[in-house]
Amino acid sequence: MRAMKAAPYLLSTPALLLFGAIVVVPLAMTVALSFHDWGQYKGIEPVSILKNWHEVFTDSYFLEMFWRTFRIALLVTLLTAVLGVPEAYILNRMRSPWRGIFLLVILGPLLISVVARTLGWALLFGGSSGIVNKALMSMGVISSPLPFMFTETGMVVALAHVLMPYMVLAVWAALQRLDPQIENAAVALGAGPFTVVRRIVLPQIMPGILSGGVIVFALAASAFATPAIIGGRRLKVASTLAYDEFLNTLNWPLGAAVAVLLLLALIAIVVASSRLVEKRYAQVFG
Amino acid sequence: MAFLALEGLTRKFGTHLAVDGLSLGVEKGEFVALLGPSGCGKTTTLQMIAGFVEPTSGAIALDGRDLLAVKPAKRGLGIVFQSYALFPHMTVAENVAFGLEMQGVATAERTRRVAETLELVGLGTFAARYPRQMSGGQQQRVALARALVIRPQILLLDEPLSNLDAKLREEMQIELRQIQRSVGTTTILVTHDQGEAMALSDRIAVMNHGKVEQFAPPHEAYERPATPFVASFLGKTNLVGGTTVRPEKISFAASGLAGRVKTRIFQGNHWLYQVDTPSGLVTVIRQNSGETMPGEGETVHLAWGTT
Ligand SMILES: Nc1ncnc2c1ncn2[C@@H]1O[C@H](COP(=O)(O)OP(=O)(O)OP(=O)(O)O)[C@@H](O)[C@H]1O
Ligand SMILES: [Mg+2]
Repeated sequence: MRAMKAAPYLLSTPALLLFGAIVVVPLAMTVALSFHDWGQYKGIEPVSILKNWHEVFTDSYFLEMFWRTFRIALLVTLLTAVLGVPEAYILNRMRSPWRGIFLLVILGPLLISVVARTLGWALLFGGSSGIVNKALMSMGVISSPLPFMFTETGMVVALAHVLMPYMVLAVWAALQRLDPQIENAAVALGAGPFTVVRRIVLPQIMPGILSGGVIVFALAASAFATPAIIGGRRLKVASTLAYDEFLNTLNWPLGAAVAVLLLLALIAIVVASSRLVEKRYAQVFG
Repeated sequence: MAFLALEGLTRKFGTHLAVDGLSLGVEKGEFVALLGPSGCGKTTTLQMIAGFVEPTSGAIALDGRDLLAVKPAKRGLGIVFQSYALFPHMTVAENVAFGLEMQGVATAERTRRVAETLELVGLGTFAARYPRQMSGGQQQRVALARALVIRPQILLLDEPLSNLDAKLREEMQIELRQIQRSVGTTTILVTHDQGEAMALSDRIAVMNHGKVEQFAPPHEAYERPATPFVASFLGKTNLVGGTTVRPEKISFAASGLAGRVKTRIFQGNHWLYQVDTPSGLVTVIRQNSGETMPGEGETVHLAWGTT
């Protein structure tokens, strides 16, 4: 009997060990690292001080980075919602062969590396040699290249493109749960197409939109490849900042503090918004 | 012309004829049942009246006006869907008020009519609940209230009771009939339950393969079925020597068609017999009047009136 009870734990031990080895231990080490001291000539000193945290919280440079990260993630979330929700709605209304084809078109990009997709944007808009910029300039539409590289706009556009499938999928899953007759029920009661969407469909898929938003926000705020390519070292966000501290300045403790703060902020935001969504919709949808 | 007139209504899905030249006239205030087996085109017919499915050909006129020229949102019909299709994010009162809101009815009037209609379906105290906090039968009433509150010219019901258990279904049948009588709305009920159709309707349209086989009051359709399909669909029938005979019209007599009782089943208020005769297995239903009945294996003689 005792062997039986122990079996589940024994069986999950390898996975737990792996999880501990590659997630918990490095995380704990990073947290510990964030309290260590560092100097140009002495390197890392394994002491416990609040120097890095003090710097992160008081230096306006870091405040600006985090504020930018937050702003970009929020704009990306809004942009994916504004474009992704109608996209999912239209997708859901398509008939059988087209629905499958367009679902593939939307999800296909997930199969391509983020780096390749972001580089695509760079090729199209990168300075005066970008294809779109060149074409628009030769047609006389614009006189100087559209600013895209090293701009927040560029980062938002590229991230929204990269993360769009997550929003579409979340909303689509919510749409699938709608009663197929519910729109007809509203129409029969005299509602026009706009009213049906606003009063009947949107409120019911709101939990889906919000959970899609949480996913997109978290991924956008912690994204590395896209901000690294579009912003480089000129326009940094929290993740590229942490990277820079680690690999260029070699100030590991400070980089660790930035990374841990980003993680904590994200956890707080995700947990808080999930709570809010649950509380708001528990009674209605359960 | 009838209040609601369907003329040669046809709907094809690909090459499949779901509804095939269906014509039907429903009088004002009448309760009509569309009865037929699964897939015979009942829902498709209802959806064409509601405007959610376009007919391939044919015409629908309501009160002399061409209904097909009117958009679904402007038809002013009350519909109860099989799944109820209640708005889960709105309270019962909000659900019922939605149609009035769309019509631009003033708030005070709206509140009054919602309360009145909820009272009518016996849900006066449930106004503030959400649909998922209610039982199937209660949700069904909300759907009915939502359809009735807009005072529709026609009430369309697509298998409204099929999600309920037998006892509740019977209760709701009686209630539905009473409500329809009291408000007097012309009603079309789609069902594949012959008992329900006969219990509720003034006339039954028995459908098969997209066509109406007979359109008559329940008693007439049962007693004088126009086709063998109607006879077999409306209750049990025997085919004895080329004529169809209802099991309850056959009695045990001193002489007549001889046979042996194969099985005898007691069903409370009646006995159900299977009798082996030279012209095949015959089903007999006899009222349980308390007297002793022939047992299994006994030889009996069957007699029935020749009508
Ligand atoms: N959208 C559609 N596309 C293709 N075929 C359809 C469609 N809707 C209905 N049909 C077909 O038309 C026929 C009639 O369907 P309908 O739903 O009207 O049947 P019904 O009488 O309501 O049956 P049930 O009692 O099972 O609800 C069926 O054979 C069905 O397969
Ligand atoms: Mg049906």
